[in-house]
Amino acid sequence: MSDQFLFATEVFFNGLMSGVLYALVALGFVLIYKASGIFNYAQGVMALFAAMTLVGIMEGQVPFSHIINAMFGTEVHHFGWHVPALLAILLTVGVMVVFAWLVQRIVMRHLVGQEPIILFMATIGLAYFLEGFSDLMWGSEIKTLDVGLPQGGSFWIEDMTASLGTDNFYGFFIDNLDIVATVIAALLVTGLVLFAQYTKQGRAMRAVADDHQAALSVGISLNFIWVLVWSVAGFVALVAGIVWGTKSGVQFSLSLIALKALPVLMLGGFTSIPGAIVGGLIIGVGEKMFEFAIGPMVGGATENWFAYVLALLFLVFRPQGLFGEKIIERV
Amino acid sequence: MLDQSDSYVTEDGRTIGGVVMEMKNITLRFGGVVAIKDISFDIREGEIRAIIGPNGAGKSSMLNVISGFYVPQEGTVEFHGKPRPQMRPYEVAQQGIARTFQNIALFEGMTVLDNVMTGRLNHMKTGLFQQALWKGKAEKEETANREVAEKVIDFLEIQHIRKTPVARLPYGLKKRVELARALAAEPKLLLLDEPMAGMNVEEKEDMSRFILDVNDEFGTTIALIEHDMGVVMDLSDRVVVMDYGKKIGDGTPDEVRNNQAVIDAYLGVAHD
Repeated sequence: MSDQFLFATEVFFNGLMSGVLYALVALGFVLIYKASGIFNYAQGVMALFAAMTLVGIMEGQVPFSHIINAMFGTEVHHFGWHVPALLAILLTVGVMVVFAWLVQRIVMRHLVGQEPIILFMATIGLAYFLEGFSDLMWGSEIKTLDVGLPQGGSFWIEDMTASLGTDNFYGFFIDNLDIVATVIAALLVTGLVLFAQYTKQGRAMRAVADDHQAALSVGISLNFIWVLVWSVAGFVALVAGIVWGTKSGVQFSLSLIALKALPVLMLGGFTSIPGAIVGGLIIGVGEKMFEFAIGPMVGGATENWFAYVLALLFLVFRPQGLFGEKIIERV
Repeated sequence: MLDQSDSYVTEDGRTIGGVVMEMKNITLRFGGVVAIKDISFDIREGEIRAIIGPNGAGKSSMLNVISGFYVPQEGTVEFHGKPRPQMRPYEVAQQGIARTFQNIALFEGMTVLDNVMTGRLNHMKTGLFQQALWKGKAEKEETANREVAEKVIDFLEIQHIRKTPVARLPYGLKKRVELARALAAEPKLLLLDEPMAGMNVEEKEDMSRFILDVNDEFGTTIALIEHDMGVVMDLSDRVVVMDYGKKIGDGTPDEVRNNQAVIDAYLGVAHD
């Protein structure tokens, strides 16, 4: 096999892996959109907030320490204990559930039956609020997140594949973290699909997504379902936050991954869970392969815009995405 | 328990029991518009009770009051002899009042079976975590409720479309699926908002047969709104007639048919 082909294969695999990460973020969007028709602009910031909370809890940071210090002239920063990763994750899930409940209670409950654009605007407001709130709560410095996920290249894969090419080829470089992320994403998606298809609450969730009035008439409490949906979205945000945070540190730019999720959603369709996954993979592989093949000819940095151009093409030729429900209005 | 002291048996051998639901002096306003004006009537256990009237008479508003979608400004709703506190529609549904809608409200993306299963939600008691684990109790519960759903599907003769997404069904079948979903809840009171609207003669006959069968077989108490006078007179035990938000007649089909106010409302009368 030629080295060029092997390099391309390596790029392909790396593309798949980063695609999984995109899909993970897109999934959060799809969940809320399916269940409540809201495009949740705050999903990226929720991932940031979840990751910051996780770090904060693990390292025993005092929340709001800056305010406390400024008001009382104290010098508190840390409680001085360390919480094990698993317990911290559980606590963070709890925080995200409380957050979901507050969002429903304070914001969304008052906007039932409003136009989608108004709900969308509300989530933009929510995003900016949460962004400031997380800084206030945990501080704005860049933090490292280590919950024990393996990192660095997989030597095993490198050794196994090194013999495929010539002496110039050292084997495939695939990050262990990416492999773990793929497994986590697969588990998460399987779990969510099973939950939506086969449980009572999942059925109620799908019912609410379809028709509010009808859902009420069979005795479903919209409030409960929305809290549930926002909690699940918070959980997905936490998972995305853990993986991305481990990869590139917990910092403000984490919230911008939401922007990468947009083209994924254009491709996959806003209403489809499999769509979010396939869309993520296509974008991940597409932008890496494009950079590899075309990048050198145009001076590189194609990864910045490739996804958006692809999304634009989809908007023109297939607006409902690959898997989205085709919009047909019977007259 | 219901007071059964004045129950009676109809000509065709069905037992009509005590009062299940009593509407007392209901008044409903939308701003300055009075949709329902001081109306009282009752619904007895096991009967088919019709609410009729010309367009805009306030029939659907009345049904929405019963099912909790509208909250009347005045008057009380008594269910099983107790005044009902102000409730949200889903709480009313949890009390055992199921309904269908005039312009069909089904879960279009879900299959017929899933739609009918949503009707069983109130009968499923396991919590979120048990459901998520999908062990023992949750599984047993699903099976038991699935059986009820399948029975209703058989009863309404929609087995052949069990796995079809509702969005693909023609209008008449959608109406039947909606009835199935309501019926799956095993309601104490079933509300039907124009169950025959927009149907052809054959579909209307089918629907009438189903309504009678449901009432006969399960003893379900039914309150329905209908435009088609012929259908209403054949189906119902007692009829409330509304016009411009007021009650102008109440009684058996024969009594109502001979009521001068009702004749005037339907045929029009010369005003001096």
